[in-house]
Amino acid sequence: MDHRPLAFLNARLLDPAAGTDQPGGLLAHNDVIVDVGPHLRAGTVPAEALIIDCAGDSLAPGLIDARVFVGEPGAEHRETIASITRAAAAGGVTTLVATPDTDPPVDNAAMVDFLLRLGRDKGRVRVLTTAALTRGLRGEEIAEIGLLLEAGALAFSQGAHALRNAQVMRRAMTYARDFDALVMHLPQDADLAADGVMNEGELASRLGLAGISTAAETIMLERDLRLVALTGARYHASLISCKASLELISHAKARGLPVTCGVSINHLALNETDIGDYRTFFKIAPPLRSEEERRALVQGLRDGIIDIIVSDHCPQDVETKRLPFGEAAFGAIGVETLLAVALRLVHADDLPLVHLLRALSLRPAEILRLPQGRLAKGAPADLVRFDPDEPWVLQAADLHSRSRNTPFDDARLTGRVKQTWVAGTLVHG
Amino acid sequence: MTSQAPHRFAQRHLLGIEGLSVADIEVLLAMADEAVTVSRQVEKKRTVLRGRTQINLFFEASTRTQASFELAGKRLGADVMNMSVSTSSVKKGETLIDTAATLNAMQPDIIVVRHGQAGAVHLLAKKVDCAVVNAGDGTHEHPTQALLDALTIRRNKGAIPGLVVAICGDILHSRVARSNILLLTALGARVRVIAPSTLLPVGIERMGVEVYRDMKAGLRDADIVMMLRLQRERMTGGFIPSPKEYFHYFGLDEDKLAHARPDALVMHPGPMNRGVEIASAIADGAQSLIKAQVEMGVAVRMAVLEALAGQMGKG
Repeated sequence: MDHRPLAFLNARLLDPAAGTDQPGGLLAHNDVIVDVGPHLRAGTVPAEALIIDCAGDSLAPGLIDARVFVGEPGAEHRETIASITRAAAAGGVTTLVATPDTDPPVDNAAMVDFLLRLGRDKGRVRVLTTAALTRGLRGEEIAEIGLLLEAGALAFSQGAHALRNAQVMRRAMTYARDFDALVMHLPQDADLAADGVMNEGELASRLGLAGISTAAETIMLERDLRLVALTGARYHASLISCKASLELISHAKARGLPVTCGVSINHLALNETDIGDYRTFFKIAPPLRSEEERRALVQGLRDGIIDIIVSDHCPQDVETKRLPFGEAAFGAIGVETLLAVALRLVHADDLPLVHLLRALSLRPAEILRLPQGRLAKGAPADLVRFDPDEPWVLQAADLHSRSRNTPFDDARLTGRVKQTWVAGTLVHG
Repeated sequence: MTSQAPHRFAQRHLLGIEGLSVADIEVLLAMADEAVTVSRQVEKKRTVLRGRTQINLFFEASTRTQASFELAGKRLGADVMNMSVSTSSVKKGETLIDTAATLNAMQPDIIVVRHGQAGAVHLLAKKVDCAVVNAGDGTHEHPTQALLDALTIRRNKGAIPGLVVAICGDILHSRVARSNILLLTALGARVRVIAPSTLLPVGIERMGVEVYRDMKAGLRDADIVMMLRLQRERMTGGFIPSPKEYFHYFGLDEDKLAHARPDALVMHPGPMNRGVEIASAIADGAQSLIKAQVEMGVAVRMAVLEALAGQMGKG
């Protein structure tokens, strides 16, 4: 490949790695960044470069969404690689990390290879995948962690469910440790969560809906953290939803355990009262908690206890959502709206823009050991150009996902993606 | 307030006590008082629903509530059709919304719905053009039961404000309890709930009730003792150890009832588990209002149907 260099000029450069937010330019060539900084102006870039005048818009590393249900194979009516990567490109997400709970699940090297190839052939953005921690996601036997890693799996997970058997979890972590493999786990005790469908509390009681206590999360998280201490495995709590979990993670980090955690954008932007009159698009797992818990999560993000923000993209079709609340499926889509919704935190003065971008690109790259997430020489030219101040109203019908279950339909958002590049190629805008 | 009061019932549906104003409640109770009078006459038939079609759509088995709504509709002149869906189309994979669309196409004027899921009646109400009455949705609400309980209390005690009402039993799973808590607190009663903690919803104390785990303490000076049914599948081990232990601590017998006021009255929404939550001698005794509740049930449902009919065609 030897295309013309790309010169991005008049940009607001946001580099979460350097922690800088400054005007300047960026030069990319052959799918990587070759120069960046305030010194790049119209006169200082190579004459043959293709000039992209950012007109003061923000330019940042493309987002990395570390928790996406991609639909293929097995649920193509809900999502496909083509639709999800189109949605990602429109949302400024340049790397997707798939959950392994496809049908069949990603629990062998051929499936990893299949998904990665599908991503290369049909995807507009980078598609990477986690693999099953246990064979068939059944929680009984350890999957072929070594071979899966060699095939390109980034990490190991049980998808939407927690691994119930502590002995299996211990052995899986012990084995993963030998390969320095990352275990990503959604901590929620299935017995305690039982038939719960929303946050346990006064609101659930008033609505007559079965609740899920935060203890369902903290008990499982605490178990996992004990096992991390025992095994030394690298561990990432995929989603946490409450203050008590923040305290556990904070304590584990202070002890020096190799622990990180994520939060879904929904838990940062919404709370249980959004369920209102049994709105099933707000039925997600873990459940939306109280406003007090939401505030605590935002604080946890600011403090760096929470490492990353994910969309937890979970497409559901009409048949699984247009049901009574108790019978409806869990999950919300979110890849395409991830950045725009996350910018609410910036506009609410909860944290600076460059700090927000750390959780959306740099930290996921670090945890997954990817070279993305930086505006630095040699880094991949995965870029998002956006205007953080443009107001707009989201219409679910305009989204590119095959499913429409966004909790942000008709929401007023401030900040919009204008263009997205993956490896120096324009994929949106 | 009487039926000459200026307030008009302005709701399109009756989905719950939540959302009703005190004035709405007073109108319904006043109309129900009149319906009691009508129902005690030899000629019970009225014509306010003549030509109207009422569908009783029951996704959960029910004998008394369905019969009560049927009789209420017929006394007002409606054509009443009963549909028990638990045995038919749902088993074939038809969703609630499909069923709603199908029924809507039959041009009913009122659909009375009972469903096992909280919020299911709200969902159905959004999908049909006619009035919808909630006859019980999961563990959420059962508004006509609360209205009939309030009517029964008011007719036997004269007024509701200041009365001490003790609701005893499986509060957690009871839509009757939720609707009654909302209604009776709105009307100025002091509501207590009495149950083992495993059968209390989280946050119940924030719904304006006093919580008791000791039945004798909870019944002290109570004017009304409202017992709830304990579902059989919840009797053994899951929430309480056994029916025997439950009756020992939470079953209403002479000994416990003696802690309430001497003129306390006993209620139960039915069907009763005699010997589990209530002793037969009390259920059939002089302080029992259980049969009166059944009579008031028909009257309240007549009032609700008539009030909703008054709103029809008003866009």
